[in-house]
Amino acid sequence: MNTIKSPEELEAKREEIIAARQRDGAAVAVCCGTGCSASGAGSVVAALQEYLARWKLEVPVKTRITGCHGFCEQGPLVVVEPGNILYCRVKPEDVPEIVDTTLVGQEVVERLLYIDPVSGKPVPTEAEVPFYRGQRRLTMGWNGRINPDRIEDYLAVGGYRALAKALSEMSPEEVIDNIRESGLRGRGGGGFPTGRKWKLCRQATGEPKYLICNADEGDPGCFQDRSLLEGNPHLVLEGMSIAAYAIGAAQGYIYVRNEYPLAVKHAGMALEQARAWGLLGENILGSSFSFDIRLTRGGGAFVCGEETALISSIEGLSGEPNPRPRPPYPVDKGLWGKPTLINNVKTLAAVPMITERGGDWYQQIGTATSKGTMIFSLTGKVNNTGLVEVPMGMTLRQVIYEIGGGIPGGKEFKAVQTGGPAGGCLPASKLDLPLDYEKLTEAGSIMGSGGMIVMDNTTCMVDVARYFLSFTVDESCGKCTLCREGGRQMMAYLMEITAGRGKLEYLERLRELAAAMQAGSLCALGRLAPNPVLTTLRYFKDEYLAHIEERRCPAGVCRDLITYSIDTEACTACGRCIRNCPTGAISGPDKEVPLLDQELCIRCGACLDLCRFDAIVVQ
Amino acid sequence: MEQIIDKYRGDSTAMIAILHDLNAAFRYLPREALEIVSDRLSVPLSYLYSAATFYRSFDLEPCGEHEIQVCLGTACHVRGSERILDALSRRLGIKPGETTADGKFTLKRVNCLGACALGPLVSIDQKHHGHLTIHQAERLLEAYKDEHD
Repeated sequence: MNTIKSPEELEAKREEIIAARQRDGAAVAVCCGTGCSASGAGSVVAALQEYLARWKLEVPVKTRITGCHGFCEQGPLVVVEPGNILYCRVKPEDVPEIVDTTLVGQEVVERLLYIDPVSGKPVPTEAEVPFYRGQRRLTMGWNGRINPDRIEDYLAVGGYRALAKALSEMSPEEVIDNIRESGLRGRGGGGFPTGRKWKLCRQATGEPKYLICNADEGDPGCFQDRSLLEGNPHLVLEGMSIAAYAIGAAQGYIYVRNEYPLAVKHAGMALEQARAWGLLGENILGSSFSFDIRLTRGGGAFVCGEETALISSIEGLSGEPNPRPRPPYPVDKGLWGKPTLINNVKTLAAVPMITERGGDWYQQIGTATSKGTMIFSLTGKVNNTGLVEVPMGMTLRQVIYEIGGGIPGGKEFKAVQTGGPAGGCLPASKLDLPLDYEKLTEAGSIMGSGGMIVMDNTTCMVDVARYFLSFTVDESCGKCTLCREGGRQMMAYLMEITAGRGKLEYLERLRELAAAMQAGSLCALGRLAPNPVLTTLRYFKDEYLAHIEERRCPAGVCRDLITYSIDTEACTACGRCIRNCPTGAISGPDKEVPLLDQELCIRCGACLDLCRFDAIVVQ
Repeated sequence: MEQIIDKYRGDSTAMIAILHDLNAAFRYLPREALEIVSDRLSVPLSYLYSAATFYRSFDLEPCGEHEIQVCLGTACHVRGSERILDALSRRLGIKPGETTADGKFTLKRVNCLGACALGPLVSIDQKHHGHLTIHQAERLLEAYKDEHD
């Protein structure tokens, strides 16, 4: 492969790739993101390749292995082009029918289409599915159309055009001004204006300068950084190259979780390809700009997502990460004491389109202070789980009900948690809140990295607060006393409350400790860790009171406060619970409603899971 | 061992990467291996232990042949993953973090596997199994035991 030495050569190469593509016939895209792979996408690909090889079709058909399409709930997903026909939950045995009916017969296989739960009717194309219809997939949209292993695929959809534009037509200052005009803000949590951060780093004195892509997606419940890096790694590399050109960095790092092996693999392959094509390295596209990127694996520590901790983790030899007071900020003194720009994967992934289409175009999307689109991981008790990319300003209700399809099993919405362990839980009265950095902060939560976890009336909010706090206590690096000890003490109170030994005065002490932690912690982990406790106290105080005053868990979650019983009316005496009770607490003769011995019952939930007749009652 | 260290020759940021590779090769970090790394990189052993104990990815005890990870990320938690962890713990007769006496299985709780739409999720030897009920998780374990006996 000859390296590409100028923007003109890049365009010529692109045209060559596109022309070759037009000769291809149909394409079958199989989502092989982490979600669909777990649902068996690998065997669908194998079946498809085998079937296509056996029955040589007149029109050539390409199998395209793609990254995450976002609609993980319905995986494995298969999209047939042309036609944009979406097939859901595809099994290997469905492959012959898809090939024979759709590719040869030009008709759809109705039974594999997505069924709109509202109308009950099948939806033939991907674009018409309500989950996708409400979205604006500016960043994620390419994922379904390219094979992340192939740089040619990325070029075919316009890849690296923005980098060529920046290098040949714009000065670094113009690149920064364009990002400033776009209103883009950090998508990793802080929401700091990206253009301003770049400008600060460009102006900082000290050489060399470094760029770090933060892909240490530690928020439990978030997987959009993973999906971008797995599904479209060149997009992130292109964004990084533009950022490096703007600030004047020659060396970049991608700090990625070791728990994401596929992201590590795809990013590594993309780096090799970009080097081979001359899109990384010396004098990129014939310009005077030289830049390369190294991949660094994290060790599975949430605190490493924090900028100063991440820097010390890359520096490596000091062992543990070490959050430190600011200023100085990393843009002045970062990696090895040099000016360092750290941006999240999603922020960098937005850079190519802003550079290509202009900051004035991007700033038209969104609200007054929050511009562009945001990718959320919509999970928990919602029908359509997956990754959704929506314009800022859309309401929580629109995301949860119109895109997410509402709450499954006819249950009631109780809360939505945004912003990960440092975020907050918002109640039904906040459903019409627009997604906007300031609005979420006012309500007590944060935008964070885009986690959105929906909870229904079987989720206990005290337990959720305990869960989040146990996570942050566990992940605290222990440097700041108030984060380390304050968090533990708050945990102790929450454990007492969920065990039915709570006292009313604990609620006040929780608030005091929270205030102390917020004031006395060096990094965002400690400062934001009390958020889930504070928001649940603010919006769900009734549940705390039920645990303390009535020794009752209204959601039926806290084991010390609940009992299981059998509804004799609903029970059909099928005996499944008897056979599967691990402690023998459920017993009785054949064909009779069994008895449940409270002494032996450990409230493990096995019977509740198994019973087909809703005859297990939790109180 | 030598190969792993040589792969990162001259890279001062490679300590964590070396520990990852060693952990994968030995299924834990033996003290002898850390001593060699300490010697070769001229890094005090205490630094290595500081990293090895801080980061979740590293094991200081030998792991079993098969690693079961139960995801306790938020999305999995609200869908009842803790009950699945308890059920597997009961079935295996070990607590999370422990290895069965026959050295076959290690049970681990992990904070998030990043496949949140499929919760509750269990990963056995890096293969994800999603949308599990307690019963399915138990059957999965039994099937795995039979398959590898």
